[in-house]
Amino acid sequence: MSNEGTTAGKFQMTPFNMVAGVIVILGVIVTILRFTGGLGAVTNLTDYNPWGIWIGFDLLVGVALSAGGFVTSAAVYIFGLKKYHSAVRPAILTAFLGYALVVLALHYDVGRPWRLPYPFIVQQGTSSVLFEVGACVALYLTVLFIEWSPTAMEWLGLKKIRGIVIKLTLLLTIFGVILSTLHQSSLGALFLIAPSKLHPLWYSKYIPIYFFVSAVIAGLSMVIFESTLSHRYFHDKMDETHLAESRGVTLGFGKAAAYTLAGYFLLKVIGVAADNDWHYLATGYGAWFLVELLGFIALPCFVYAVGVREKNTTLIRWAAAWTVLGIILNRFNISLIAFNYHLPASERYFPHWMEVVISVFIVTLGLVLFRFIATRMPIFYEAAGYDDAH
Amino acid sequence: MTISRRKFLGWLGAAGLGTTVGSSARAAAKGEFSGFPDSFGVLHDTSLCIGCRLCEKACNEVNELPKPDRPFDDLQVLEERRRTSAGNYTVVNKYGTPANGTPPIFRKNQCNHCLEPACASACFVRAFTKTPKGPVTYDASVCVGCRYCMIACPFEIPTYEYDEALSPRIQKCTLCAPRLEKGLLPGCVDICPTEALSFGIRENLLKIARERIRKFPDRYVPHIYGEHEMGGTSWLYLSTEPFNEIGLREDLGTTPAPTLTAGALGSVPVIVGLWPVLLTGIYAISKRKDKIAAEEQAGAVALAAEQARAESKAELDKALEQAKKEQEAMVKMAVKKALEEAEEKQKAEAEGDAGDSGPSEETDKA
Ligand code: SF4
Ligand code: SF4
Ligand code: SF4
Repeated sequence: MSNEGTTAGKFQMTPFNMVAGVIVILGVIVTILRFTGGLGAVTNLTDYNPWGIWIGFDLLVGVALSAGGFVTSAAVYIFGLKKYHSAVRPAILTAFLGYALVVLALHYDVGRPWRLPYPFIVQQGTSSVLFEVGACVALYLTVLFIEWSPTAMEWLGLKKIRGIVIKLTLLLTIFGVILSTLHQSSLGALFLIAPSKLHPLWYSKYIPIYFFVSAVIAGLSMVIFESTLSHRYFHDKMDETHLAESRGVTLGFGKAAAYTLAGYFLLKVIGVAADNDWHYLATGYGAWFLVELLGFIALPCFVYAVGVREKNTTLIRWAAAWTVLGIILNRFNISLIAFNYHLPASERYFPHWMEVVISVFIVTLGLVLFRFIATRMPIFYEAAGYDDAH
Repeated sequence: MTISRRKFLGWLGAAGLGTTVGSSARAAAKGEFSGFPDSFGVLHDTSLCIGCRLCEKACNEVNELPKPDRPFDDLQVLEERRRTSAGNYTVVNKYGTPANGTPPIFRKNQCNHCLEPACASACFVRAFTKTPKGPVTYDASVCVGCRYCMIACPFEIPTYEYDEALSPRIQKCTLCAPRLEKGLLPGCVDICPTEALSFGIRENLLKIARERIRKFPDRYVPHIYGEHEMGGTSWLYLSTEPFNEIGLREDLGTTPAPTLTAGALGSVPVIVGLWPVLLTGIYAISKRKDKIAAEEQAGAVALAAEQARAESKAELDKALEQAKKEQEAMVKMAVKKALEEAEEKQKAEAEGDAGDSGPSEETDKA
């Protein structure tokens, strides 16, 4: 897969291909080590730190950053914001690949990956938040696959079945919103069970709401961020409509992100007030919390607002990238940095380089797949003969 | 106060050990749950523990765990703070600094067999079961290896076989459930040379513990750790020093673990019920807005067309009028000319001259 040049078919020694190639080779080696030597051979996980970056980054960040799919399709098909229509396909593709890779990453992390269906077919642990997460992610991946499938069908020329799938759009979108609401928030709720391990500034009974709201923010920002990159690399693939609507998408989504970030900021402050955690702000963890709150929530909110007011898309794009970073930081804080805050430094977790290799490997797979699809299938343009609203 | 074999077997009868009914931890999530009646537990009186590590040795033997790197009679290991690990279901730790003159305190650590276990509530494949007899048991044949139970356990007990490539298991103290089945005491309790470990029905152990605190108020902290912590545990502790100084957190609260996530799980039906209604509503509104907009647009188009038509009609009328006027004028002129010519002709005829008939043709045309 890595040997796909930008011009379809032929292998080219572009820098992207070379870097991707090296990463894939390393990834394959670590994969072999993982499945022959166990988690102990390639990770720094311990009994105190059972979850590392494969959960903190690959699962938590992966799912949050894939929220663009449900956010965009809801905006267009439910809220009727047709002017963002051309943003739907790239967003759905990003989301579909994102979730598929999350599930792939889980195969590395869990002890016996072939048992991943057990919670549904063998014994249902319905008292577990993780059960809800698993069920929703599995269902939503299916929904995303169906939502994405018309693209492939157009490419393959399967006109009839595509027509049937298109008719399901509204139903699928509603499904997607329900499932996303459930599992985005539940990923946060996973940590509700460990009040003694997560630092009080991050532990809050609102944590499911924080996760959901920040996922919406992540989704909006990722659409902008992804479109920035796509304009650089797939400009030639974009049709008139896509190019014409793109500025509107950036402005509109930027505005929505500014409002949502403002709400998120308020919710965070309310959370601190509700648990009366003010005194923690004077500690080291408090300073770090303020870095996240002011530097990665308030600041991008402000930059978004200025960008929208001045219709400055460059500023909005910077805000989007910064927000995405902020979401990553937040998920890291909750799952790794503020988690196990009570343990002595010697017992704390820091990822092994081979864990990083796998995470980078999986992201690279995502990029390669995205490029493979975007250069061949109608993602940034309407396929000829299919000009109905999809 | 060590429990004799005969007494123990008597309790087995009382607890109705023949009928082992597994129950999910959440069976009791609704309403108050104060543990299965007559379930067993262990009281660990740390003031009597001498740190001999014999319990560790016994545990290793009865559970057929791998041989440790350092033998069990090596008491040097007590100098380090240890935790449970995949090959070690229980560890004894030494607390207290010799500097302040007080003798060290030893505490044995292992699964506390919570009455409403966090691990069981967290497991998405129900690998853990709180049995009515007391032990929290684990079933490796369904475990996926997600390690959420390890995240959930407030006592940091479950451990994982990180070096197993394809069949890693969670490992933790079983309260010697298999031995209890056979009417045997837990290995660690059985071997303990002092009365630091007492096995029995939890209710009775609580009575014994209270009695000790009452009898020796100067010796014990007036609290039985595990009576209410995280909703109560089967393993109970007595101490002469504050519990957080012997590695038992005092900030865990009394809320049972399942309650912590009950709210979030309870919101699922709300979301599943409300969202479709709301979203369809929003869709209908946006659709209607579109329709109204479309209608308005259509109306506007019609109106514009009407206006255009009216305007063009007026123009046409005007043009026709103009043409008519011009025509009339021309006719008039022609008639006039013809009349004049006729007059001239008459004049000429009268004068005997011949006339031109051309203008009469032009009159026809007009
Ligand atoms: S101590 Fe931990 S492992 Fe043992 S029953 Fe309680 S929650 Fe489960
Ligand atoms: S690791 Fe096994 S026992 Fe623990 S929560 Fe996951 S599936 Fe359940
Ligand atoms: S009860 Fe059994 S498994 Fe648990 S520590 Fe004692 S000997 Fe080990």
